[in-house]
Amino acid sequence: MLELSAVTAGYEPRRPVLRDIDLDVEQGESVGLLGPSGCGKSTLARVAALLHRPESGHVVVDGETVHDWRYRAPRELRTAFGVVFQQPRLSADPRLRLAALIAEPLRAVGRTGEIPRRVEELAATVGLGAELLARRPHEVSDGQLQRACLARALVLRPRYLVCDEMTAMLDASTTAALVAVVEDYRRESGAGLLAVGHDRTLLERWCGRTVHWSQLTGDRGGDRAQDLEPAGRTAPGTA
Amino acid sequence: MTPDAPATPDPVLAVRGLSVRFRMRGDTFVRAVTDASFDLRLGECLALVGESGCGKSVLASALLGLLPGNAETAGSAHLGDTDLMTAGENVLARSVRGRRIGLVPQSPAAHLTPVRTVRSQLEETVRELTGPPRAEVRAAAERAAERAAFPADHLDRHPHELSGGLAQRAATALALIGDAPLLLADEPTTGLDRDLVERTVDELKRHTGDSRALLMITHDLAAAERIADRVAVMYAGRIVEIADAGDFFGARGPRHPYAGRLLDALPEREFTPIPGMPPELTALPDGCAFAARCTRATERCDRLPAFENSVACHHTLEVQRA
Ligand SMILES: Nc1ncnc2c1ncn2[C@@H]1O[C@H](COP(=O)(O)OP(=O)(O)OP(=O)(O)O)[C@@H](O)[C@H]1O
Ligand code: SF4
Ligand SMILES: [Mg+2]
Repeated sequence: MLELSAVTAGYEPRRPVLRDIDLDVEQGESVGLLGPSGCGKSTLARVAALLHRPESGHVVVDGETVHDWRYRAPRELRTAFGVVFQQPRLSADPRLRLAALIAEPLRAVGRTGEIPRRVEELAATVGLGAELLARRPHEVSDGQLQRACLARALVLRPRYLVCDEMTAMLDASTTAALVAVVEDYRRESGAGLLAVGHDRTLLERWCGRTVHWSQLTGDRGGDRAQDLEPAGRTAPGTA
Repeated sequence: MTPDAPATPDPVLAVRGLSVRFRMRGDTFVRAVTDASFDLRLGECLALVGESGCGKSVLASALLGLLPGNAETAGSAHLGDTDLMTAGENVLARSVRGRRIGLVPQSPAAHLTPVRTVRSQLEETVRELTGPPRAEVRAAAERAAERAAFPADHLDRHPHELSGGLAQRAATALALIGDAPLLLADEPTTGLDRDLVERTVDELKRHTGDSRALLMITHDLAAAERIADRVAVMYAGRIVEIADAGDFFGARGPRHPYAGRLLDALPEREFTPIPGMPPELTALPDGCAFAARCTRATERCDRLPAFENSVACHHTLEVQRA
C-alpha cells in the first residue's frame, strides 16, 4: 500500500500549497484524484511519486517509510514508481530518440541487456511503430510523445503508477487507448494507480474510486487564486 | 457557406490544397498535411479536431511559417493578399506573426521563455507590437494579463512557477496583444479544469467577436462544441469532413465514419479507442487512409475518396441511415 499521511508541501518556506493531506492507494487499487486547476494535486502527485520532498508528513510504500526524495531516494523505492506527466515535452530529453527515451530508466539502473526486448514489447503495447521509435521528440506529435512517456513509465514494471493529467493533451481516442494500456498493465501486474486530473467523467469511468480534493482538505484547499503548482519537470527514472 | 447567402466578404483566411511533408533520413517523407482546403470568415470560429499526430499542429505551423528546415510545402493560404506559403521569413516575422496572426500555443509552459518573468515577456511583446510610450508599457502589459484573466499578483513569476492553467493564460495574454485579425489557438485549453476550459474558450470567442476569426485546434470536443461555428475533422493529414458544429454534435451527427468513432471514444460515450493506429505518414495507403480501421470499408475504399459536399468518404454515415 502507498500511504500518505498528514502531508504538507510547497515550494516556499511557510507557504504550503497543500496541508495535512491523507491519502492511501492499495496494491491493485485505482484511485482518481479530482481537483480544480492549481489546487495542489500535481504537487501531491509528485510527493507520492517521491519526486518532491514534503515539508512534513509521512509517505510509506509497502510498509517502508520514505526518508529521502528524488535522486536521494533508495533505488528500490524510486523504481517502484512509474510517473506520467501532463506535458510530455517537459519530461522528455529532446536529444533522445523515442526508443532511447523508453529505455532511459533501464539504462539508469544498469539493466542495458534488457533494453532491446523491453523497448520492442512496450512500443507494441503503446502503439509506436519502428519508424516513430527512431525519431526525436521534436519530430513527433504530443500524443506520440506521450505514448513513449507511458512506455518509459512502465519499463521497470512499477508497483505504483502516478499519472498526472496524463491525457490532458490527448484526443478522445488516444485517451481511451492509453487508459486501456494502463489498465491492462494493472490487471496483469497488480499495480496500484493514482490518477490525478480534473475531468470527472474521465476519472470516474477510469478509476475504481475517485476522491475530490475538497474531501482531502476538508474544503480548506483549492484556492484557485493561488494556482501555484508548477508543471512537472523532472523526468521519472532519471536523475 | 449557404449557396444563396448574400455576398459574403472575402474570407480572412483562404487555404487551398495545402500540403506539408518532411524529408527524413533515407529520402522518405512524412506526409503530415495533404491537400487541405478551407475558408475562415470574420466573426467565425472553426475548430480543427482529430486524433493525435494527424497533422493539426503542423498545419498551424505552416500557416505561421514556423516549419522546420526539412519541411516542403505546396498549395496556398491567403491571409488577405498575403500568401503565407510563399511569403518570406522577413514578411512573416515583421508583419504576420503576432500582428496579423495571434498564436495561442499548444505547450504554453514550453513556449514561454523559462528565464524571464511573465511581466517581462508581456512588456517585451507590448513594446514590440504596439510601441506605446515608455511610461505606459507597464500598464499595457497589466491590461493584457487582465484580458486573459491572468492574476496580477503572479506577473513576477517565472513560467516554471505557474500551474499549467496559468501558463496557458499567460500565453493567451501574449497572443492577444497585437490585436491580430486571425487568432490561431493550438490546444488552448490543455490542462485546464472544466470551469477554466469554459472560461478560456468563451474568452477566445469573445475576443473573436465580429472583428476577428478564430482557428482553434483542439482535442477537446466539448470545448469545440461550446464555441465552434464549424468543425473540420482531420485524419492522417487530410481534412475528411467539414460540418456545421450544431449538426456535427447534434442529432444529425458526423458523416464521416472516423468522426463518428472519434465521438464514440469520449468517456461520456463508449470510451472505446478506435482499434488499431492511424497509418504511418511515411507509408500512406493509396486509397482511404481510414480503411484499415473502418467497419464500413468496401473495395471501393481502395480508391481515394474525393472531398465532396464537405466529406471525403465512399459510404458516409447519413447515406446508410437514410
Ligand atoms: N519535424 C518533423 N519531422 C518529421 N515529422 C514530423 C515533424 N513534426 C511533426 N511530424 C509528424 O507529423 C505528423 C503530424 O504532427 P502534428 O504535430 O501536426 O500532430 P497533431 O495533429 O498536432 O497531434 P497532437 O494532437 O498529438 O498534438 C505526426 O505524424 C508527426 O510525427
Ligand atoms: S471511404 Fe471507406 S474506408 Fe474510408 S471512411 Fe469511408 S467507408 Fe470507411
Ligand atoms: Mg498538436
